[in-house]
Amino acid sequence: MSLTEIAFYFLSFLAIFSALAVILSKNPVYSVLYLIVTFFSIAGHYFLMNAQFLAAVHIIVYAGAIMVLFLYVIMMLNLNEEQEEKTKNWVKIAAVVSACSIMLILVSLISKSTYNMGKAPMAGDAGLVQNLGKVLYKDYLLPFELASVLFLAAMVGAVYLSKKETSKS
Amino acid sequence: MEILPNITIQHYLWLSTTLFALGVFGVLLRRNAILMFMCIELMLNAVNIALVAFSKVHGDTSGQVFVFFIMVVAAAEVAVGLAILMMLYRNLRTTDTDALNNLKG
Repeated sequence: MSLTEIAFYFLSFLAIFSALAVILSKNPVYSVLYLIVTFFSIAGHYFLMNAQFLAAVHIIVYAGAIMVLFLYVIMMLNLNEEQEEKTKNWVKIAAVVSACSIMLILVSLISKSTYNMGKAPMAGDAGLVQNLGKVLYKDYLLPFELASVLFLAAMVGAVYLSKKETSKS
Repeated sequence: MEILPNITIQHYLWLSTTLFALGVFGVLLRRNAILMFMCIELMLNAVNIALVAFSKVHGDTSGQVFVFFIMVVAAAEVAVGLAILMMLYRNLRTTDTDALNNLKG
């Protein structure tokens, strides 16, 4: 077993088990911390696939920005485990059944698929910043600019929504 | 079709599938809106792994650009969604989705 294989399996199990812990832990703060572990292992997968730019962006955006946002909101709302959520039993069963059936469908699709043609081209440097930047600013310039508009709208929306309502009447 | 030595595209697809199914499971199981958000992030990341693996297989950078845009949309979604959650909590003092039944006839 080579080193990359070991790294792949280690990161995969880390991702899956911490994802399970996100779902099953009672305290939302623990869920956020396990989610950070999941995100770091996914970033490790990106590194393994030589997508260095995406790995860096993933750590910055998810572990840096989104997780801080989640933690802030959870601590501001003061959600502790004493507010025990009561999931009904039939909801639990339905969740297990539907998640398992989605898993079953996807796994059977993947194992049945004949997507296995020839040799892979293996352009090893597709994920480097230089190549990604060229594609991003040449072929995907318009979506890139639209993304900035989306961010502006999201920012305005978030500020407007979280503003305290001043009494108008 | 190997991405890493002895690791094929199928391995990555299985990983992605498992994470996606776990995300679906979490969204359906948990009643806390913040937890549901986290599970949505999990599903988005599962798809990202599949996209990066395919991009690696085909030697095409476009897949990674798509992942970049998915991250952009996820960040915007979390910002607005958490703001909505704050409003909900301010008005109803709960983030339990079962309590949000005002539109039920």
